[in-house]
Order: sequence, then structure tokens, then C-alpha cells
Amino acid sequence: MSRILTFLTRRRGHGGRWHWTDVVTWVWLVGGTVLMFGPALWLISSSLKGPAQLAEFPPTLLPYVQEVVTVEGHAQPLPLFAVTLDDGSTRVMAQVRRVGANAQMIDPANPAERLNVPIANRTPVRHVGVATSNYTDPFLAFDFLRYLWNSVFVTTVATLLTLLTNSMAAFALSKYRFRGRDAVLLVIVGTLMVPLSVILVPLYSVVSATGLMNSLWGVILPTIATPTGVFLLRQYMLTIPDDLIEAARMDHASEWQIYWRIILPLTAPALAVLAIFSVVWRWNDFLWPLIVLSRRELYTLQIGLNTYAGELNVQWHYILSMTVVTMIPVVLVFVFLQRFITTGIAGAGVK
Amino acid sequence: MAGIATLLGRAVTSPLVLIARVLDPVLRLWQRRTGTGGMIALFLLPNMAVFGVFVIIPLILNFAYSLTGGAEILLGDRRYVGPEQYGRLLDCRNYLEPLSCREDQFWTAVRNTTIFVTFQVSLMVTVSMITALILNRNIAGRGFFRAVFFFPVLLSPVVVGLIWRWILQRDGLLNLIVTTFGGNPVVWLNDRFYAFAAAVGVSTWAHMGFFTLILLAGLQAIPKDLYEAAEMDATPPARVFWRITLPLLGPNLAVVLVLALIKGVQIFDEAYVLTGGGPGTATMFMTQYIYEVGFASILRNPGLAAAASILMGAVLVVLTLVQLGLSKRAERARER
Amino acid sequence: MKKIWMCASVLALVAGSAAAQQTQVRVMWYSDGVEGEVIADLLSRFEAANPDIDVVLDNVAYQVIQEQLPVQLASGTGPDIARVTNLKAQAEHWLDLRPYVANAAYWDTNFGDRFDWMRPDGSDAIPGFMTQLTLVGGFANATLFEQAGVELPGRGATWDEWIEASRQVMVSQGLPAAFAIDRSGHRISGPNASFGANYIGEDGLPAPVDEGTMAFASRLVDWTAQGLMLPDTWVSAAGTTYRAAADDFANAQIPFYYSGSWQVANLSTKIGDAFDWVAIGSPCGTAGCSGLAGGAALVAVRYTQHPEAVARVMDYLASEPVVREFTERTLFLPAHAGIVAAGGLNFQSADPNVPPALSRFVEASGETLPAADALPAWRWANTYYGALVTRISQVMAGEITLEQARELIDRDIADQVAAAR
Repeated sequence: MSRILTFLTRRRGHGGRWHWTDVVTWVWLVGGTVLMFGPALWLISSSLKGPAQLAEFPPTLLPYVQEVVTVEGHAQPLPLFAVTLDDGSTRVMAQVRRVGANAQMIDPANPAERLNVPIANRTPVRHVGVATSNYTDPFLAFDFLRYLWNSVFVTTVATLLTLLTNSMAAFALSKYRFRGRDAVLLVIVGTLMVPLSVILVPLYSVVSATGLMNSLWGVILPTIATPTGVFLLRQYMLTIPDDLIEAARMDHASEWQIYWRIILPLTAPALAVLAIFSVVWRWNDFLWPLIVLSRRELYTLQIGLNTYAGELNVQWHYILSMTVVTMIPVVLVFVFLQRFITTGIAGAGVK
Repeated sequence: MAGIATLLGRAVTSPLVLIARVLDPVLRLWQRRTGTGGMIALFLLPNMAVFGVFVIIPLILNFAYSLTGGAEILLGDRRYVGPEQYGRLLDCRNYLEPLSCREDQFWTAVRNTTIFVTFQVSLMVTVSMITALILNRNIAGRGFFRAVFFFPVLLSPVVVGLIWRWILQRDGLLNLIVTTFGGNPVVWLNDRFYAFAAAVGVSTWAHMGFFTLILLAGLQAIPKDLYEAAEMDATPPARVFWRITLPLLGPNLAVVLVLALIKGVQIFDEAYVLTGGGPGTATMFMTQYIYEVGFASILRNPGLAAAASILMGAVLVVLTLVQLGLSKRAERARER
Repeated sequence: MKKIWMCASVLALVAGSAAAQQTQVRVMWYSDGVEGEVIADLLSRFEAANPDIDVVLDNVAYQVIQEQLPVQLASGTGPDIARVTNLKAQAEHWLDLRPYVANAAYWDTNFGDRFDWMRPDGSDAIPGFMTQLTLVGGFANATLFEQAGVELPGRGATWDEWIEASRQVMVSQGLPAAFAIDRSGHRISGPNASFGANYIGEDGLPAPVDEGTMAFASRLVDWTAQGLMLPDTWVSAAGTTYRAAADDFANAQIPFYYSGSWQVANLSTKIGDAFDWVAIGSPCGTAGCSGLAGGAALVAVRYTQHPEAVARVMDYLASEPVVREFTERTLFLPAHAGIVAAGGLNFQSADPNVPPALSRFVEASGETLPAADALPAWRWANTYYGALVTRISQVMAGEITLEQARELIDRDIADQVAAAR
């Protein structure tokens, strides 16, 4: 136990003293964790609250479920509140409606009698619990499942195509010498300088002319040739010894066989990194699908989420839960594969 | 876990292997006919075709668009007006005052983007630098903390925008914190200054992890003996940073700066979801200007949008060339 | 894997096309309230009676109709039928149904008086029909007024009186704002006319912004500065983005909401019996108490591949029993001359707030000023609305002054007029 403590509290200062860099380090790391994870955790916790609870201020940390009671003469169950009456006593009453600063309350046992209570005098009767309908309703009422499917389709197909085309191009650019190789490299570098925002208007024309408008392929195809991917794979392929390839050629292997039998398996780590990048990029694509897709059944998750945020502008309970669902795949990638990503970026960054 | 991964891997790759095997005789024939050159062309073709159709051609068309006027979308329907769109964009009595310009929204977007980039890049590089220095230390749970700072990078811009919009709401978490400390609640996103600050802050939050990792890799490439020597001399940490770390990290840092600039100039997604360009046009940036003027606005003008995007592209080209030059220098420095 | 996908999709296509020689008609529809479900129901009955036509209903956000449909139309694509509000400015894209409909005389009799809102001047095309007539007007939360002890201003009350009364309610009930107007130039044009504004110049081209518009705009700016107008609608978006404040009114955050008759069904559904609400027509300005008539129309797009099938769908939807049922279920005001003359509409709503609200709107439709009545048939109306909303919201955000906005609005409109020449 003491060894762990010593390990955790290693400091630069000698003999157990705190050096100012240690203080800064601890403050920064703890603060950073709160700042980086906090908002996401707050999102998840908020998404578990019902709409009435979301409208409360100050907001509570835990999600609560309002206790309700069925009263005859009212179709819907009524929420229960503990009301402080003028004489100081507290009664548990059901709320019929609440408008502005006043609420109409009735005694469940005696429904005929109505009391007008200022909202400050009442507190909800509730227990800790989650509002699962926030998560189930979007799937039933909205097209959320379809958006999910569209996103999965786009991400999977785009990643496969990206891996295929980028690795083929990287192979040609790393293992062959030919006239115009530098020109091709220059063109690819050039495309790095042409982000989507610069070619937005004419790209729309081109996609429209090729008949890919309002189609998931119109979302996929323009994105599969990534210069970053080509460079990443090319750097890696340069390290593959040429003797392997020469030996294979002497065994009468075709170039195609060299590609998919030798090069691809050896490039697997870089392919994995590119695959992860591609999955994250395509899952999170926003501007381009926003322009290409207008048919609702084709929306990807990000566009669907943005549309709901625009339409249901105060139905936060649905927006929050859908945001959480949109976030889940990325969190999974993060939890299981972050090591790949971080080493991949470090590798690419160094080069 | 490893077993499932292998199974999954095999499930994905085996149909692909089948297809590759089927294609082999066809491609062998092609290779015999056209030699190695033909195979090279084949390997390059898909990638270059996509580049050509979806990047090069639109880029050329963009120049064409910027020389046309009218409200039509299709290039063929538009009429040639020469450099009139550029003239309109650059027509200003005082370049620092958007309202004195012919196209005030364009210059508002330029001004907003410039201010944004200045603050956001400085903030982000500083924060990334500090985080990288801290993560470079011999601390417990380094892998965990590295992941912590990288987490927001993986989130989609819509998710990032919505998370922070929820926190900055009238009844949101930030107001809760403010009132707990005795302040008055503010509707943050309706205030010009706070909305802009939010855009800067949220963008930094969402992207700093990426740059932290690059700087961390650069720091780890610095030989340890230099630090040991400094420690033996009991050099204060600030001096170590200025005299040892910074010069050796210099090229890497320059690359990160320019990369952050390039990304910063293109800011759109998070800011658009967070503020929609508001209040007024306080957080409207270049990309949103192009999107609105080119597509979304009732008062659209595709030629003007194309001209604006060409100007923005020119800035990006300059920045990218600088970045490439600096990264070449960084490579050379490392080899020394 | 890719090959397998491709094989599967080819098979599906073949199977699909072999299944039925169906013509597909795509309808792009948006909903303010419940009309999406109503039209889906009506169309499914049509499909049952006409198995050779497959009607696909695209229920999109209003923003798609505003932002993406025009781009699609300009590039010669788009749906077969669309429900559109911006009719006159895009008149060149609508299909003339006259040669295709079963009975052109029926169309002329019942919808003819509004055709000029949808077709170029001087044409005699049948472009489609209005799914409803709408009138811009206000709603008030009667329960909040009652709780605050403030009397609802009566007929003939001015804008200033209404906002003052709402301010008292806001203070008494601790609400975030006194009123809200949807973020749209169209919405403020009725009140502008009430202060004497006229957008149309002598030559039919846009006239410069006049004192009437400035009178109401300066009021809006003042009210925003005083914190009376809910800033979330106008201030927190840029350009011509549309924002509605219906949810804020339905959540009892504001006592007064200026929108229009199409909100009746939406509000009835959302509010339920949470509070009592009333429609109040339009508050008065110096020249009158005008709203603005308008509506959405169902139009056929010129670039459709199947005009005959489209005409059959349109004939069905424009037929009297279908229009009657649509109107009764959606609580819209009908645009069908025959139904309006015959009367006897049985609006399907158990909400006691609905019938008086609808009749108030019907009454208010007679109170509109000529300057407002001319707008729906004017091709530059939408441009004017766009310029107004862009610049006035900038004034509200404190970026420019109202005088600067005036010049900029005129310039924006002149640019669009020049670009279209």
C-alpha cells in the first residue's frame, strides 16, 4: 500500500518535498480530467432525466423519476408534490397544471377541491431513477434506427474503400520508380491544400452531374481518397524490404499477388491505424452530408441529430439521449483502440 | 478479446481474399499486356480518379464559378462577368471596418476568422505544450491521462456543439456554477463576447488532444541525457525548458502551429452547431459564409461564394506550403 | 465484400422492378403540426385505390424546403411534388398542370383566385393549389394574464399596448421575456404594413425601406434592448435562418406570441389543457391592424418524369372531399372556394381553445391592408423578407445601427434584383 502511495506521489522534489512543478502537474491533470470527461458525463446524466426535471434550475446532479398518482376524472397520472401550505404544514398533493408562477394542486383523495399554490412552495416527490423513455422514444417515433443504419453503412463502406484505394496508391508510390512519380506525389500533396470548404459550390455541381446527389454513395465516394492515408501507408511501406518483393517476382508472382499477399499483410498495423481514423472521420462527417442529403431516410446520424436539435428546439430530453447514442461508437473505439490511435498519430506527426 | 478480434478479422478478410484470388488471373493478363507500367497505372487509378473528379475538377470549376454572376446554380446557366465578384469582395473604404465594405458580411467573416484563429491557436498550442510537458514526466497512469486529453478529439462536431450548448444554456451547468459562487446567471450564447469566447474555448477543448500527442512525440524524441545533465547541475525547470526543450522542439512546434492555423481557418462544424453564427454575425466564420452565400441563404450568390472560397484557398495554400517547408526542416534537424 | 454488396443490390433492384411496374411519385412535404400524419394517411388511401402509383412522402424539415429545395430546383432536379411557401419567386420551376388534370374548370373555379400567387404574371397555367390559407396573427396565454391580474388588451389595441401588458405579465410571473415573433421577414411584414409600410415600388420592383418599416423595426429593436423580446429567436442565428418560438409559447415562457394561423393545431397538440390561450388577430399600428395572408401550396415540379401520374395525385388531393377532410383534421383555413362558400366545416378538435381561435383568424383576414394583400403575388417579396430578417437581427445583436441596416437592406435587395436580370 505504501509502495503504491509512493508510486502515485512521486515528485520531482527531493526528500518528500513538493516542488512547484509537482503542484502544477497535479492540478493540471486533475483539472484536465474533470474538464475533458466532465461535460460528457454531464451529458449522460442529463439525458437520463425527464423533461420536467431538465427544466429545473438549479439542475440536480442525479436523475430522478417523479412519483405519480392516478386520480379519477383525469386521463393522465398526475405528478405528486410536497406542498407547504400557508399555515406551515406540508401535504402531499397532485398537480393538475402549472402555468408561470402558479400551480393548481388537488388532494388525490379529494379531487373536487383545487388549490392554487405558488411554485416556490412545492417540492417534487421523487426517487432516484432514470427516464428510459428518453432513449426508447426516438427509436420508436423518429427514424433514429434508420439514421444509425445509414451512418454504419457509410462508415463501413467508406473505410473499406479507403483502405483499398489508399493502399493501392501507396504501393505504387513506394515500391515503384516511374516517370511522373514526383508529379503524382505533388498532386496528392496539393489536394491537402484544398479542403472541402474551398470547393463546396462546384463540388455540389459535380456530384449533382454524376447523379450521386441524395444518395449515400454521394456521401461516400468523394471522401475515400485521403492524402493523409496515402502518406501514412506509403511511409510504412517504404520500410518493407525490397528483397521480399524481388524474391516473389522470381517465383513468378504477379504484381497483384505481391500486393495482396505480401504488402497488405505486412502493412497491417498502418492499415489498422488508417481504418480507425477513417471510421472516426466518416462517423463524424457533417458539412458534406448536410449538403448532399435532403431525403430524410438517407440522413446519417450526425445530420439527423442536427436536424432534431433544430426542430425540437426545447425538447432537450430527446436531443440529449440521441447525442449520447451518437457518441457511443466513438467511445467504444476510444476505450478499446486508443492505444493504436495515439501511437498512430505520434508516428505520423513525427514524420 | 484476442480470439474475437481474430475471428472478426478473418470474417472480414476471407471474402476479400476470395475476390482478390478471382481477380488475379484477370490482372495477370493485364500485366502481361501492359507490363509493369500498366499495373502501376491500375494501382494508382482509383485514388487518382477520385481526386480528379472530386477535388481537381471542382477546383478548376471553382475558378470558373468565381468569374460568373447571376443566381443560377449550374455553371452553364450563369453569365460571364470577369473579375467582378473579386472586385465586389475587395471593395472596401477601410479594410478594418467591415461596414465600409461592399460585401460587409464577407469582411465580417474574415475579421471573425482572423481574431478567432489568433486566440484559438495561441490558446491551443500553449495548452497543448503544457499538457505535453506534463505528460512527458514520469507520472503514474500516464497512458490513462494521455487518453483523457485525447477523448474530445474523437467526438463529432455535432456532439461537441450540443454538449456545450447544453452546458451554456440559460438553466445550464455553467450558470449553476456561477450562481453557486454568488454571481448572476447569464445567457452566454446571446452575448457577443461570451459566444465568441465559447467558440474559441469549445474549439480548443475539442482539438487540443491531437496536438498534445504530436508535441509529446516530439518531446520524447529529445535525448534523455540532456535532461540528466541539467538535473545534475540543479538547473531550475524554467531554464531547462527555455534552453533545452524549446530549441529542440522548435521544428515540431512550428509544424503544430501551422497545422493548427490551417485547421483554425476552416472552423465551421462545432461553432455552427453551438451558435449558428450568432448572436447576429458575431461567430460567423469564413466557411459558414461560403456555405450560406453559396447555398443556404435566401439571398444566395454562388459566384460570390466561389470567389470568397478561392481567396480563402489562397491563404490556405500559403500556410500549407509553409507547413511543408517547416516539416522538411524538422526532418532534417532530426537526422542531424 | 464489395462484390457481395453489389450483387445483393442488383438482385434487389431486379426483384423490385419485376414486382410491379409502378410509377414512383415523390412528394416533399414539411409539417408545422400534425399535417404530416394526415397527408400520409390520405396518400395511403390513394395508393390503395391506384396500385400502379407508388407515392413516397418525404417529411422534411422546413429548413430543407427553404435551403435545399431551391438549390435542387435550380439544378433541374428535385421531387415530383412539393409543399412550398416561397411560391412566386420560384414560379419558373412549377409544372403547368392544365394539360394533365382531369377537369381544368374545377381547378379554375375553386383555386383560380390564388393562382397568381404561384405563377408568373400574365400566365394562365395551373401550377398547383394552396393546401391552406394562412394569416399572420398573435396568440396570448390567457391563464398567465389572469394570474398576473392583467387584462387582455381588447380589439383595436396597439402594438405598444400589447407589449406593455405583456411586460407586466412577464414581471409578475417571473418569465424570461414578454413576447416573441418568429425569425422571419414574412412575419413582420403585416405589422410593417400596419405602420404604413409599402414594399412595392411604382414599377413593380422593390421600393426602398420606408418610414413604416422603420417605425416597426425600431420598436422591435427597442423591445429587444429592453429585454422584452425573447432574444433566442432573432438574435441567436445568422443570415436568413428560420427560427420559430412556438415551443417557448407552448411551455408558457412567454405570454404573447406573434406567428400565424398554421400554428393552431400545433399549439393545441403541444399545450393540451396546460393553460388557456386565445388568438388575438393583429395589434394595431398607425395605419391599421393588418396581418399578412399567405399559405403553403402543393405544386408540381416541372422536372418530373411522370407528369400524368403527378396530375392524378394532384387531382386526388385537390378533390373536395379530400380537401375537406384535410382541413378538418389539420385545423387549417381552407383555400378551396367551394368549401369556403358552403361552410359547415367540422374541425376535429376537442380543444375548446381551437374554434374561437380559428374564427378570430377568419375575421382578421378581412382586416388586412392593401399593401399587405399585394405581397403574396409579388415576385420580390421573398427577397425583401430575407434582407429584412438578416439586417434587423444584426441591429438587435448590436452590430449595426438601424440607419445602417436601412441602407444595407436596400443594397442587398438591389444586388438580388441585379443578379436576376
